[in-house]
Formats: sequence, structure tokens, C-alpha cells
Amino acid sequence: MTIDWIAFIAEGIRMATPLVFAALAALICNRAGMFNMGVEGMILCSALGAVIFAHYGGSVWIGLLGGIIIGLATGMFIAFASLTGKADLYLTCIAFNLMATGGTVFVMYLLTGEKSTTSGAFRSYQIPVVDIPIIKDIPVLGRIISGQSLITYIAAAAVFFMWFFLKRTRIGLRIRAVGENPKAAESVGISVNKIGYISFAICGVLAGLSGAFMSMSWVTFFMKNMVNGRGYIGLSAQNMAKGEPVGSALASLLFGFTDALATTLQNQTNFPVEFLEMLPYLATIFAIIITSIIAINKRRRIEQGAAK
Amino acid sequence: MAEVMRMQNITKIYPNGFVANKDITFAVGEHEIHALVGENGAGKTTLMKILFGMEAPQEGKIFINGKEEKIANPLDAIAKGVGMVHQHFMLVPSLTVAENVTLGAEPMKNGLFDFDGAVKATQEIADKYNFNVEALQKVRDLSVGQMQKVEILKALYKGARLLILDEPTAVLTPQETEELFEQLFKLRDSGVSIIFISHKLEEVMRICSKVTVLRHGRCMGSLDIEGLNEAAISKLMVGRDVVLKIDKEDPKPGKPVVEIKDLVKINSIGKNVLDGVDFTIHEGEVVGIAGVEGNGQTELSEVLAGLTGFTSGDVKLNGTSIKGKSVREIRDQGMAYIAEDRMVEGVAGDMSIKMNIVADRFTKPDFKKGLFMDAKKINDIADQYIKDFEILCDGREQPVRMLSGGNIQKVVVAREFTSGANFILACQPTRGIDVGTAEMIRKTIVRKSREEGTATLLISADLNEVLECSDRLLVMRKGKVVAAFPKANQVSEETLGEYMLGVKEMTQSEMEGLL
Ligand SMILES: Nc1ncnc2c1ncn2[C@@H]1O[C@H](COP(=O)(O)OP(=O)(O)O)[C@@H](O)[C@H]1O
Ligand SMILES: [Mg+2]
Repeated sequence: MTIDWIAFIAEGIRMATPLVFAALAALICNRAGMFNMGVEGMILCSALGAVIFAHYGGSVWIGLLGGIIIGLATGMFIAFASLTGKADLYLTCIAFNLMATGGTVFVMYLLTGEKSTTSGAFRSYQIPVVDIPIIKDIPVLGRIISGQSLITYIAAAAVFFMWFFLKRTRIGLRIRAVGENPKAAESVGISVNKIGYISFAICGVLAGLSGAFMSMSWVTFFMKNMVNGRGYIGLSAQNMAKGEPVGSALASLLFGFTDALATTLQNQTNFPVEFLEMLPYLATIFAIIITSIIAINKRRRIEQGAAK
Repeated sequence: MAEVMRMQNITKIYPNGFVANKDITFAVGEHEIHALVGENGAGKTTLMKILFGMEAPQEGKIFINGKEEKIANPLDAIAKGVGMVHQHFMLVPSLTVAENVTLGAEPMKNGLFDFDGAVKATQEIADKYNFNVEALQKVRDLSVGQMQKVEILKALYKGARLLILDEPTAVLTPQETEELFEQLFKLRDSGVSIIFISHKLEEVMRICSKVTVLRHGRCMGSLDIEGLNEAAISKLMVGRDVVLKIDKEDPKPGKPVVEIKDLVKINSIGKNVLDGVDFTIHEGEVVGIAGVEGNGQTELSEVLAGLTGFTSGDVKLNGTSIKGKSVREIRDQGMAYIAEDRMVEGVAGDMSIKMNIVADRFTKPDFKKGLFMDAKKINDIADQYIKDFEILCDGREQPVRMLSGGNIQKVVVAREFTSGANFILACQPTRGIDVGTAEMIRKTIVRKSREEGTATLLISADLNEVLECSDRLLVMRKGKVVAAFPKANQVSEETLGEYMLGVKEMTQSEMEGLL
């Protein structure tokens, strides 16, 4: 049994891509004070949206745009229900995710007559892979960094943009203020609802990119429930990093690697498949427990220090 | 001296019908630190919220620099040069001082937030008035005193010429208070007028040039501080509009029921909210506690009810210490509790009248039938009390939330007065309810002490109530008992006011035998 470690690392980065977007999508809402579990369903809808747009528009780019539009639309839907309609955000998100699971299959069936995948009925489109000149010729690094999907590079850029956006722009500052103390923001004339809508819009675009990657890069068709918890994993990744973009990306990368480990072991060894498929989720639980233990210990130290 | 602000004939009635301000006229001059004083609930914050555009008055006009202005919201007020530092800070802890100060009116450069510009502008104002804060510090790392400075900076950054400070010294240490006063003088000298809200008359005497006194929503007058003394102000602040009389026989105190020994409680910010409280309540007497709110009364009631613990000392109820006991255990020892905020601690609003009435006893064997509750018995009891206490409702199944304030309180007292306890802890038992219900509650408190020998501790901000219902009367200030009187109904309002506001204080030997 030999494992191709370089391929494994490249695969890890690839698998991390939708998680990074999911994490950033959840992050922006979280920073505005909203725990948006709906990213899961938003990504699923976008994944279907991307293949439909690509098929009928006849171009991978129209597909990418379609994914983003559906992400945006679903984000606005949740925002409207919770901000304008004052519905409970958690319940809205749970209902929305359930609706997305069933709704995507229903739409798929209407358009293709299939109930599990669009692969037979729709033409498959793939977002191009980018070979970076010079770097691609560097031995090990070339195989890892070069030759990834265009969206993977966009994900890397998005992490930086998110960091910059939160730190340096006025909207970013206001999002942070609203998320932490909406009353304080309101008292200086900032509209909490407006900030909420803006956050959901950004969240929607990111979820759209995540979905487009799933159905036009990870595989080149839509299948039932293909997101399979990646939205939730992104949610916990950003939670572990306390809403910091770079930390969230690193956590996503970690989950991406466990995902890749599962695939690699599955292809190259004869480990039980069911166990391997459990790995990413098991890793998530452990990561959450460990980060929370660290946080509790830290708080305990502070309290003991203050008591003295 | 020119007037920078005038509020003319302001009347404010809250949606629940409460008249918080009645025909108040209040003006502030240039270069003035103007004190706005009055007991809790007198309407000070309401009046200031109107000036800052957070509440709309039913009647009255506001003039800024002689011109009539409509102030519809805080942004309007800020635009007209009015700034307000709220009693509860409105800050974002993880952001820097500069970001907090400029939030909502951020300086921009090339389409981005100009962080350096914000830091520079903030630091400039801070340095100008000797505010000891660094613009680059995170707000969560600041002391309470510094946070208050950030709130003042927020107002100044937005160009405030009239600064409202709502009880600014309530959260400060004496040193921080000193520092604040220096800075307020500096602000005044540079042309900012200040409205200073406080209960602490020595502060008012020290830093203000004028004082306006509110009592029960009415203005009792605006006076020059010069030539005035604390006793005169306290006389205007504390008083009864209508004197209420309750006929009662002299108490016949029996054995001690509640013994409070040197009780100390230190809160989470290290303040001694109870600082050596020491007194006893006997069978058959009503002990009243008067005092400006926020002087430890709430904490005392929470400790006695078992809602919070205490730092040192001891409390015995019927001979057994309550230290470490749960609310249920203390109730089983003989306590009944009319909580200060009935909607939070008094009732479960969404549950039925019946369930609220039996909330303290449904686990007792009497109310059980095998594994289940005895529905018939519970219904009978509920119907009985609805009748006895004249609770106006559609029936025992109606959710308590749908009742009026007075009837909600009747549900609370129906439960607490019938629990069989020999100690009743009554906190603000008639706050915000109709006169009829208030009278019923007061009379019941007195009757239970005379007929059943109940020991009662009555904590109330209503002077009529403490003076008329109580037998012995204690005054609390700064977490201590500062005065004790053997017969509450012989204490004059003036005397009481002087002790409540710290003009006078009794020595331990003067209170000997009265605790
Ligand atoms: N939103 C509200 N609705 C009804 N009553 C209120 C409201 N806000 C305050 N009150 C009542 O108005 C009275 C005056 O309150 P406030 O202005 O806060 O007094 P102060 O600041 O002098 O202590 C109090 O009795 C309070 O209970
Ligand atoms: Mg107030």
C-alpha cells in the first residue's frame, strides 16, 4: 500500500474549496449577529441552479452566474423572513434547509424526469482548471498549487477580501458593531436591518460560489443532497475561528484534508468505506470539543485571576 | 445669561397611561452645569429621552438656542448639538475607542474607513479635555470610568454643545468621580452646557450652578444653587402628594423570625452592595425599608429570597441559616416573596392564573393524586382565590399576561399571602398598580401581621406605603442601614429625606435597640 502524498495534499485543497466559501458565508452573517444555519440549503440550491443555468444558457459562465444568483435569492429569502417578517432565524433556517432538500429534487424531476442526478439529462460543464506558468514546473509545489479549479483560486482571494472588507471598509465596521451590540449601533443611526440584508447578500454570493463548485467542479452534475453537511461544517469552521476569516479558512482546510483522506484511503486501500465517510464529521465534533475546552480553560484562568 | 435650551410645558404619558412628566418647564443656560434631581421614577430619564428624541411628548415645545425645534429621533438631536450619555452604556466592546467614537459618522478616505483619521480625531478631543483614554485601546479593556469617557467623546465628536449625563457617577469610584468633575468644569469653560442627573446632593452642591427638582413627574422648581443647602433640596425631592392613612393597632412583636447578622455582599465588579447589614424582624411586626433605589434594597431582597448568595455574615430564618439554600428550601423554611418585578419573578406570564396560583405548592402531597396533580383540588383553590382576592378575569385558565397590572399582582399576592409562611418579603408590592388593589395589599400586609403574627419586611420606594404600613422603619444608603425609627408613622418626610439622601446619618448607638 502506497499513498501518493502530493496528490493527497492537492485533493485536500480541492475538497476545502466549498468549505472555505461555506465558512465565509456563515462568517459574514455571524459577524452581523446572525447564526445562519441556512447556508447548507443555500449551497444546495445554488448547486442545482448552476447546472440548470449552464445547461439552458449553454455556458459554464452562465452556470457560475446562475449559482451566484440563486445563492443571493435564497439569502434574501431567509433575510426577509427573519429581518422583515421577524420569524425566528433558527426555525426559518431549519425549515429552509428541509425545503431545499426536497425542493431541489422536485425541480430536478420537473426538468429532467430524474430523481437522483442530472448527469444523464443535462450536459456537464466544468469550471476550467488553471495551470499557473512557471509554478506548474516546480516539482512538488507545482502539482499542489497549480492545476486547481479557478474557483479554488477565487476562494483563496475571497478569504483575503473578507478580511480586508471587515477591517477596512465602513460597512465592515458597521457589520461588526451591529453583530456585537445592535443597540449601540442603532443609537448612532445605523439601521440594523439594512446591515442584516447586506450581510445576507454577501453570504448569498459566497454560498453561490460554493454550490457552483460542487456541481461544476467537484463533480459536473447535480445530485440529490450532494452538499451533505458541508454548509454545517463551514459553520463550525468559522465558529472555531471565532469569526476570523483566515482562521476560518485554515479550519476549513483541515476539514478538507480529512475529506481528502477519506477519498484517498478509499481509493488506495481497503478500509471500510462507511468508516471513512464518517471521518470529516468525526473530525468536526472533535475540533468543536477541543476548541470549547480551550475556551473554557481560558475563561476559568481569567476568573481565578480576577478572584485573587 | 443666554438660554441654550428650553423645554416648555412638557407632558409625557406612556402608552400604559402612566403620566411620567406633567407640564414640566426646564431651561439650561450657557456655561452652566444644571442639576436635574428627583427620586427614582420621578421622570428625569423620561424628560431627557424626550430632549434626545427617544420619546415623543404629548404636549410641549422644545427650543434650542431660542428657536423652536422638532426632535423626532436621536439623529435629529445630535444634529442640533444635543448629546446624551445613557445610564447604561452603548458601546461595542471588541472595537477600539476610535471606532466606537466615530461609529455612525466615520471619517472616510478613498472610499474606505479612515482608521488613522478616526484615531487622530478621537485622540485630539480626548487630549483637549484631559480624558485619560487611548484611541487605539479596545473598549473591553477599559475601566467603567473610561468607558464613560468614551461615551462623552462620542457626543463631543458629533459636535454636542449640550451634554446630558444620566446618573454618571452611579457607576464610578470616588477617584473617578473627582476626575470626571474636573473634566466637566473644563467642558463647561469651553462652552458646553451640561445637564447632570444625580441623587447625590453633595455632588450637586459642588459642581452645579442651578438645580431643577422633579417629583412624581412634576417640576418642583428651578433654583440657583447659591444660597441653597442640601436639606432644602431634599425637602423638595422627597415628599408625599397625598397623605394616606392606615388605621392599625400597635404591634405585639414576638420571637425573632428573621435574623440578619453583619450581611455583606460584593458584586461582580467588586462593589460592596451590602455592607454590614444587621437587623432582626419579629413575629407580628412590619419592618419597612426606605431609601433611594440602588442603595442595596434589591440585593438585600434577592439574598433573603435565595436568588443570589452573599459574601459573608449570616441570615437565619426561623432559627436556621439560609446560607447555600435554594429558593424552594427557603420557602419551605417559611418565606413568601412578592418580587420587585412581577413579570420576571412574580408570575409566568404565558401560563394560566390557576397554574401561577399553585406554582409554589403543586409538588406538595396535598395537591397530588398518585403520580399526577389533583386537578379538582387545584381548580377549587384557584376559583376560591380568584373570588377572595377579587381577580378580574375570564376564568382560572386565562393566561396571566392578559390581565391588567393590578390583577397580575393580585395573582401574586393570592399565592404568597396564602402559602402559610410566617415571613413575608414584600418588595415594591404596589408599584404601578391601581389604587384599589394597592390598598387591599397594604391592608392585608398589616392584617396578617396582627392576626396571624406574620413577620414582614416591606421594601418600597413609595413613601406613603413605608410610612403608613410599617411599624419600625429603617433607611438604607450605600448598602448600610443608616437610620432606624421605632414608629414609622411618626417620621416626617423631611427627616426621612435627609437620611435617604445622606444629609444626615445615625450612629450605631442612636440605632441601638431599634435594629
Ligand atoms: N416605556 C415606559 N412605559 C411605561 N412607563 C414607563 C416607561 N418608562 C418609564 N416608565 C415609568 O415612568 C416613570 C419615570 O421613569 P424615569 O423617567 O425613568 O424616572 P427616573 O429617571 O427619574 O428614575 C417610572 O415610574 C417608570 O416606571
Ligand atoms: Mg433614570
